Amino acid sequence: MVREAALTELKAETETVTGADLLMAALEEENVEVVFGYPGGAVLPIYDKIYDAKFLHVLPRHEQGGIHAAEGYARISGKPGVVIATSGPGATNIVTGLADAMMDSLPIVAFTGQVATGVIGSDAFQEADILGITTPITKYNMQIRNLEDIPRIIKEAFYIATSGRPGPVLIDIPKDIAASITKQPEAQEIHLPGYQPTLKPNFLQIRKLAEAVSKAKKPVILAGAGVLHAKAAAELLAYVEQQEVPVVHTLLGLGGFPADHSLFLGMGGMHGCYTANMALSQCDLLINIGARFDDRLTGNLVHFAPHATVAHIDIDPAEIGKNVPTLIPIVADAKEALTALLTHMEEKPDQAEWIAQLRTWQEKHPYHYDKDSPNLKPQQVVEMLHVKTNGEAIVTTDVGQHQMWAAQYYQFKNADRWVTSGGLGTMGFGLPSSIGAQLADPEACVIAMVGDAGFQMSTQEMAVIKELNLPIKIAIFNNQSLGMVRQWQDFFYQSRYSYSKIPVQPSFVKLAEAYDINGYTITNVEEAERVLDEVLHTREPVLLDFRVDSEENVFPMIAPGKGLHEMVGVKE
Amino acid sequence: MKRIISLLVMNEPGVLNRITNLFSKRNYNIESISVGLSEHDGMSRITCVVHVESEQISEQITKQLNKQIDIIKVTDITEQSVVARELALIKVQSSPQSRNEIYSLIEPFRASVIDVSKDSMVIQITGESEKIEAFVELIKPYGIKELARTGTTAFPRGTQRQSNQKTNFSIV
Ligand SMILES: Cc1ncc(C[n+]2csc(CCOP(=O)(O)OP(=O)(O)O)c2C)c(N)n1
Repeated sequence: MVREAALTELKAETETVTGADLLMAALEEENVEVVFGYPGGAVLPIYDKIYDAKFLHVLPRHEQGGIHAAEGYARISGKPGVVIATSGPGATNIVTGLADAMMDSLPIVAFTGQVATGVIGSDAFQEADILGITTPITKYNMQIRNLEDIPRIIKEAFYIATSGRPGPVLIDIPKDIAASITKQPEAQEIHLPGYQPTLKPNFLQIRKLAEAVSKAKKPVILAGAGVLHAKAAAELLAYVEQQEVPVVHTLLGLGGFPADHSLFLGMGGMHGCYTANMALSQCDLLINIGARFDDRLTGNLVHFAPHATVAHIDIDPAEIGKNVPTLIPIVADAKEALTALLTHMEEKPDQAEWIAQLRTWQEKHPYHYDKDSPNLKPQQVVEMLHVKTNGEAIVTTDVGQHQMWAAQYYQFKNADRWVTSGGLGTMGFGLPSSIGAQLADPEACVIAMVGDAGFQMSTQEMAVIKELNLPIKIAIFNNQSLGMVRQWQDFFYQSRYSYSKIPVQPSFVKLAEAYDINGYTITNVEEAERVLDEVLHTREPVLLDFRVDSEENVFPMIAPGKGLHEMVGVKE
Repeated sequence: MKRIISLLVMNEPGVLNRITNLFSKRNYNIESISVGLSEHDGMSRITCVVHVESEQISEQITKQLNKQIDIIKVTDITEQSVVARELALIKVQSSPQSRNEIYSLIEPFRASVIDVSKDSMVIQITGESEKIEAFVELIKPYGIKELARTGTTAFPRGTQRQSNQKTNFSIV
């Protein structure tokens, strides 16, 4: 007995682990199921451990694809997306994704390799000061200096990335730290005295808002992605049904409130619908829930909601009052705030006239396009995809015109089905993010809506789709141009199409074939009907090259510098 | 307007970088920033003096700083009763003739001479920035060869005035 005890003790004392072991253990501790990573010199000690890891490791074909996939995964699963890249070029290749995740508040934990501690600062092979580079575009970043700190630092990284206002966290790991050996370190608690997100709303402010709602004649809710991050869609619906306050969504908020609900007014902003923008312009009470009053949403601030009392619920206090003066600030998680509001409701506002006005606008000025055109209209394609998937698909998009049409015409029934790059507007996002989205929800029908230009920024990720046999439907809106740029040149630069037309394109169908993915070219509605019925619900990847009208523009539109009420291209 | 912001921060590598980065990213103008250890182990105190156009911007600065994980506490102490000090070292040209004159300027400012050479002397002065500016102006005609200022460091006084007296002067 005694001998045995002594033996175990001896074993415990001699049991050693490497930094990479500690990293693997920490990832397991965090229940990480998928890692998007790309190996290289500085992370070889880590990759040697990944060889035996239990989680799924996905090898993107470019690190940027890896981090966008992680973003798609995070958006759909609500869990952090985990990324690994090697030092130097591997690390700089994820920079765009970090900036994107920062703007759109997506929880990402990125690990980068670094050159060995002894040579840091000597311009060693594949050295880049990734902490310096990523400081302004991460919620937090740090370098591991002590092996023993790895478990605590990783715990902190996941906590910071996922709590409060989510965001990307980067951990830089020098190669020697990953490789060197230590005794199993003692467990350390999280130590973040400077970080305590406020979740519970202030009761007095909630009462103030409840009162303001009961007195309002023209109230409107602006719901942003904060509702989705807080998983508060059910509370939002309950509140809206009780108080009958109509809802406008931001681009990123889509799906937080069911699009087929009678109190849904649509998306607001630069390409938002008439009713939503007029509601924002004319309301007397504006309740912002988890949106950040981005300039693409507000238009010229001088004309934004000029008659409104503004209430703003946000988990990030710095967002409140940043762009729009706010009378009722509520720092809280959206779910907590809505729950508190549900228990403190006062009388329903008397807003019959307002609702009637909104109805008239909705009937008179819906989104519109030329349905009789012989050309295949991009809006029509989105409408068909919507109908054929019953509004229940996961839609990821790239950036440009097709993104706006997707937002306008795909009427989301449910939350967490929409993945788009809003704040940064990152071309190349649509295809890789669909990979993460599909991995997060393997049963879902995932459609990657991409432009012909943006698709070519991450085409190589088709290899991953094939490798994992993900049944993603890649819908290319092929207008042979950088459509959104062409549109701006059309409007603001006398149609001088400077480098916005790309008539020489590869055959996308052949390209798909090269990756062993079936492809279809679709030039008219009948073909679209037939092919979609055939392939949309298969369990295989498919590429659909929609040859859409290359002259089509996105309407309505608010020119830069104009107010929300100054839309052009509204249906008369 | 000028704001004095006092920060208590974790002594982590990169903290200062985060703060200066934030200022440049959001286009805020720093007049001075001073850093040193604080009374807490592992924490530093930073005093920033910034120029802003409006209350709204200074509120934004405070909030953005507060968001930083490594910043424990942010206080805009402009409106408080504070002790604020800055130190300046001034190397000024001096000849046997001018030396006495310079000494006579130093005295009322309670500055001191900490080095003298054949044709120059080094003056050390501490006080609020305005005092230092006034002194620099006075000494300028003699020929300043080098000037180094630490920037303001500050914290609130032990006893604060009861109300936040914003003095309103009346002309009548
Ligand atoms: C990485 C990157 N580069 C440039 C832009 C500027 N930009 C915005 S939309 C757009 C055109 C996109 O064209 P396409 O992918 O074909 O989509 P479409 O607008 O035609 O639907 C460009 C170049 C961007 N958003 N991202």
